[in-house]
Order: sequence, then structure tokens, then C-alpha cells
Amino acid sequence: MQISVREIINGMEGKQALLQILLAVQDASPENYVSEDAVNDIAYMLNVSRSRVYSTASFYSVISLKPRGRHIVQVCINAPCENAGKQEILAVLEDQLGVKLGETTADRQFTLEGVSCLGACYVSPAIKIDDRLYGDLTPELVVSILREYQEEATALDCNAS
Amino acid sequence: MNVVRFELNGQQVEVQGGLSILEAARQHGVKIPTLCHHPDQRVKANCRVCVVEVEGQRNLVASCATTVSEGMKIRTNSSRIRETVQTILELIFANHPQECLTCVRNGNCELRRLAADYGIREVKGESSCLNLPLDTSTPSLVRNPNKCIKCGRCAEVCHHVQGTGILYSNYRSVDVMVEPEYGKSLAEVACVLCGQCASVCPVGAIHERDDISKVWKALDDPEKHVVVQVAPSVRVSIAEEFGFPPGTIATGKLVAALRKLGFDRVFDTDFSADVTIMEEGHELLQRLQTGGVLPMITSCSPGWVKYIEHNYPEQLAHLSSAKSPQQMFGALAKTYYAKKAGINPADIYVVSIMPCTAKKFESQRPEMSDSGFQDVDAVLTTRELGRILKQAGVDFSVLEEASFDNPMGISTGAAAIFGATGGVMEAALRTVYEVVTGQELVNVEFSAVRGMEGIKEAEVDLAGSKVKVAVAHGLNNAREIMDLIKEGKANYAFVEVMCCPGGCIGGGGQPYGTTNSVRQERIASIYKVDANLPLRKSHKNPAVAELYDDFLGKPLGELSHHLLHTKYKNRGLHKLKG
Ligand code: SF4
Ligand code: SF4
Ligand code: SF4
Ligand code: FES
Ligand code: FES
Repeated sequence: MQISVREIINGMEGKQALLQILLAVQDASPENYVSEDAVNDIAYMLNVSRSRVYSTASFYSVISLKPRGRHIVQVCINAPCENAGKQEILAVLEDQLGVKLGETTADRQFTLEGVSCLGACYVSPAIKIDDRLYGDLTPELVVSILREYQEEATALDCNAS
Repeated sequence: MNVVRFELNGQQVEVQGGLSILEAARQHGVKIPTLCHHPDQRVKANCRVCVVEVEGQRNLVASCATTVSEGMKIRTNSSRIRETVQTILELIFANHPQECLTCVRNGNCELRRLAADYGIREVKGESSCLNLPLDTSTPSLVRNPNKCIKCGRCAEVCHHVQGTGILYSNYRSVDVMVEPEYGKSLAEVACVLCGQCASVCPVGAIHERDDISKVWKALDDPEKHVVVQVAPSVRVSIAEEFGFPPGTIATGKLVAALRKLGFDRVFDTDFSADVTIMEEGHELLQRLQTGGVLPMITSCSPGWVKYIEHNYPEQLAHLSSAKSPQQMFGALAKTYYAKKAGINPADIYVVSIMPCTAKKFESQRPEMSDSGFQDVDAVLTTRELGRILKQAGVDFSVLEEASFDNPMGISTGAAAIFGATGGVMEAALRTVYEVVTGQELVNVEFSAVRGMEGIKEAEVDLAGSKVKVAVAHGLNNAREIMDLIKEGKANYAFVEVMCCPGGCIGGGGQPYGTTNSVRQERIASIYKVDANLPLRKSHKNPAVAELYDDFLGKPLGELSHHLLHTKYKNRGLHKLKG
């Protein structure tokens, strides 16, 4: 059973900024996004209009309004990473996951996103998977990092069935 | 008041303190161009066409967002400013469809005027216009996202005046869209169709649905007996469409103009406003005497009715069941008038001239057909009336004044003031007082319920018992009263709510340039119309008395109930989903 927006907001201490609430709701979503129902419920709980909530959610790039995979793979598409061989890294990611930038894998495990600067230029090329940063990447390294996540996903699936 | 001295284009001038550079310059005859600025709104400062030079500041400053201070040296006209503004305009035009010839705002578009003033002769750079579908989902408004210049004026009025919160700025930087969430259509959200957004939009990005061709078709049809009704507030605003100053009273010319258009009868919504007072006044008395739901709230403003249906559906029993004057007129035109004039109601076509875009929606509510036909066939806003008269070549300025036709053209001052906030309340009190006390009301003016204050309260002595009443205009104010009612904290007997600020004189279908100061002018004129009429109480209207004697029987009688009262719909959209 998924935790409801009402429970999330009631569980937060003090009066929270809208962005904080959106982040909490997104984190609690198995699909890593803020759904239309969630936009509705946040508006209801805060007694503001839905368009107000949507406006804020659509303004911040950290908030997704579309369903995403369980893991968010972020590739830096800024110049320093570009120079350090981002193209190659991106090609491996797209090849391994079978999706293009901005897409989600069919099994809903991974979403591949381009971001501008991960704040890790010193170890470029860099990617981030969920909250973990991986730097100084080579194509081989990317494959093995991805494999860990993929195996974990399979293990979870086996346990579930 | 403290005075600030500053230098404007090399001249020493002074203004009162606290003004923006924009306002200060205007007071000294220098007009700085604007787009996002609106005199009744908070500063948004997103368009930058109002930039000026301030000595000592490296960058140009937005004059709408900068307060003038002592000793400031300001230039409003230099080659640097001209070039900057030109560049900004060219950037806007590069993303704006060049459709001025066929645009609803051709003639009164603020962007087009700036282009003319700045002598823009070519659109430089790559042109990239959106090509999104128009939102024609409602009978009231059309939204054309391709013409939106993202100034945010509509969102400001929708959020901070109406509190409806439908239009908002979504996404960021070059992707910004001002629209409902998820790009939904207005029919899919709780928009009340008040048209306040259209009224403040500087361009043709949101406007009334144009029903002029429908009206021409009826007028051209020899089988149709086409009658027109004019709302109270239109007589003090229509002249602005022809360049007269705000507040010009043009009742006689308006009637003459409508006759020139070819209407078979020119009637007055003021007549049915008097009928509304008879029905609503007696409903109030009945509720007071039989312990009915109080406070009773007025129901003549369709934007307000739609608002309460969406946002307070559990409070619908507070709404008076009386239809609005527009709908009472339609129902009576196709029954009472048809019978009296010996015309088949199927051949009668009813056109309304209204200050309001929500009236278009109201006329199409499925239940508004108690005459056996759709009671009101077409609704034109004041702006559309201006356009249809221009199409017909009617020269408003030289028209001889004329009078409304009988019987649905006879009315009182009580009906005229329906057009201003507090007017329905005052009109009702004039009648209720005399019905309850059996005494003549000598001073008919209830000044406590007049004026632009957001919420007004008064206490009235009705034969020994004191009754509290309240008046709200603009839905943000209505919300405050509704919250009190919801919490059981409102001890009013009667509440008047008008959706639009200032009441109908400030409606979303009124001539462009409806600012709060223009509203004040129109309000003053409407009270002048009232003061100059021989009859000022609805129940003293002889044509209304005749209507009850010959046709309806008595207020709240069976026929009244059938034709003049209605039910409301729970449109409550906002519930928890999770
Ligand atoms: S909105 Fe103004 S500038 Fe745009 S097409 Fe219409 S008239 Fe022209
Ligand atoms: S019509 Fe009124 S409620 Fe609807 S979007 Fe415009 S301002 Fe908002
Ligand atoms: S619709 Fe009109 S008022 Fe609203 S942002 Fe666009 S241009 Fe401005
Ligand atoms: S540019 Fe890639 S991490 Fe900073
Ligand atoms: S009018 Fe000043 S920034 Fe738009």
C-alpha cells in the first residue's frame, strides 16, 4: 500500500514549503514522480489551487510530472564532461538500457536523464544513479555499475514471485 | 504627503513620494510603454519594455518596478532605450503570429499599438511561432496560446482578485506557458468563465467567444421575431466603445442604436431585474418567517453561481432559487410576451447584451429552458455590441435618443443599480422594507452597501427586528464570506455576491481598459441613473404589477416557480484522490 499524500504532509514537521512537499511526495512514489492525483491532493491539503501546485512542480527540474523508473540515471551533458568523453558514456548507457535520453526502460527500472552539471567536474565524465555519484568513468566501468543495479532488480523480482 | 523632487529628461519636477518612475513620469506627461504592468495589479516586471536610464546605474531599470526617489536623474528617451525597447519588441514579434488583420484585438491591441509607436517595420531574426490548437471548450471564452506574450496579467487577476486560481505560469524560461495545469481546457477545470482574464489581457490571447454572426443570422431571418434585452450596466459603459469618456450615460442612444440594427423590440433587462426583486425579496421574507436556510445569497451573477457550485457545493441551499434577470427575461419573453403580442414563441429569438462572458454560459445551461425553448438564444458582451454596431455602420455619436419598448422596457431605479456592487442588496431592501413594515421608505439610499470596498456590512431595521446583511464583490471576497458561513460564524440574513470587482459595471465583457478608476466612474453614473428615475422601487413598477395581475399571479406562485426559479448543480471537483 502506497503512503498517501495526506499522510506524507501530516507526517512532516511544521509548515513546509511547497517544493519540500513535492520532493517528499516524489520520493514516496514508486515511479519517482508527482502524479496528477498527487498534484490534486497536495492542492487540497494546502488549500491552494491545482494550477499553483502544478506551476511550482513544472518549474523545478528536480520534480518529474511523468512516471519514471525506479532508478534515475543522470548523465551530465555540460562542456567539461563532454570534453572528457561523455558521448562514449552516453552511448554505452543507451545501449545497455535500450532507451534514449529522457526515456524509461520497459521494465520501469531505469530512466535516463540529461542534466547540466552534477557538480562533479573534477571527476568528469560523471553520472549519478539516484543519490550516488560515479566519476572518472570508462565504458567498462559503466557496464559493471549498471549490472549491479540490474542484478538487484532481478533479485527483487525473484523474491516477489 | 511628502514630495519628491527629481529630474525627468533634464527638467526639475516633483511628485508625491512612493510613486513608481512609470507613474511619476505619466503625471508629467511622459508616457512610458508597458505590457505586463496593470494599474490594479502587483508589479510583475517581466516584459522590460518600460525601461529607463537612471543616472549612476549601469543597467537600464524597469520603471514600473522602481520607486522614484529624491534627486534621481531619469531619462526616458535616449537611443539606448529606444534600441533596447525595439529589440525587446522584435523578440516578442519573432514568437508572435502576424495575424493582426484578422485578430479580435485589431484596433485595441496593446502590443500592436507599441509596434506602431515604435515604428517596427520588419521582424528580425528567426521567427518561431507556436501552432497549438485554440481552447474553444466553453461557450464563453476562447484561449489562443499562440498569441500569449506571457505577461502574467491574467494569472494575477485569476489568483489574486478572483481566487479561482485557474491560469498560472507553468514551466520555465523559454518554455513558459500561461494556462491551467497540464494544459487542460477551461471546461475541464473549475474556471467560472468570468472573463476577468480576457479583460486584462493586453493582446488577443484570451477573449470572449464571438457570437455576432449568430445574431446577424437571426436578424436576417424574416421568420424570426428578434427581441433584445440590455443589462443595467451596459448603458454606462457602451459609449466607451465609441471613444466617449468612462461613465458616459448613453441609455437613449443605446436604444436607438439597437433599433438601427433591426431588432423587432428593444427591451430592458431592468424590467426583469425588478421581477427578480419581487421573487427574491419574497423568498427572503419566506425564509425569515419560516426558519429557512440563512443567510440567503443572491444568485444573479452566473460566475458566482458557478464558483459556489465548484467550491462550496455543500452550501448551495444558501443560494436564492431565483433565476438571474437575464434568464427571467428570456423565460417571460417566450411566454408572457409571446402571449400578449400573439406571437408563436418558437419564432421568438432572444438576444441579450451583457457586461459578462459568464452570461453566455448561463444562457446555455440545459435547465434554462422553462419556456419550452432555450430561453435566451444568444448573448453578446458590451465589446461585441460595439463591434456589431461598427459593422452595421451605426454612428453612435449622432444618434437621437430613443426609449425602450413596452411592456418589458419599463423599469425602476432599483433595477438600474443591479449593475453596481451592492445594488441588488439595496434594491431588495427598498422592497422588503415596505412589504414588511407596510410603511413608505422615505430615504431609499443605503449608502453603507455602496462603493468599492471588498466586503460591506449593514444592519437594517425591519419592523423592529434588526437584520444584518453583507455585500461582497470579486470572488476572493466572496470566499471570505463563504468560509464564515461554512464555519457557522456568519450571522447575516442576506448576502449579495457579485463575481466581478465592482459588480457588472466591471464585468469581463466590458470595454477594454476597465480599471478600478473606470469602475468608479461607471458606478457613479449608475447611481445617477437611479436618482433621475421617477420610480425607484421595484414593487412600484406598473409593468411588473401588470405582469403579476395578468399572468404570474403572485411572487413565488406556481407559475413563478416554474418559470423564474431554478436549481443548482454540484460541480465539486476538488476531493482527495489518494
Ligand atoms: S494580439 Fe495584437 S499583435 Fe497579436 S495578432 Fe492580434 S492584434 Fe496583432
Ligand atoms: S474566466 Fe475567470 S476563473 Fe476563468 S480563467 Fe479567466 S479569470 Fe480565471
Ligand atoms: S493570456 Fe494574455 S494576459 Fe495572460 S499571460 Fe498571455 S498575454 Fe498575458
Ligand atoms: S560539467 Fe559534468 S559534472 Fe560538472
Ligand atoms: S511594464 Fe515594466 S517590466 Fe513590464
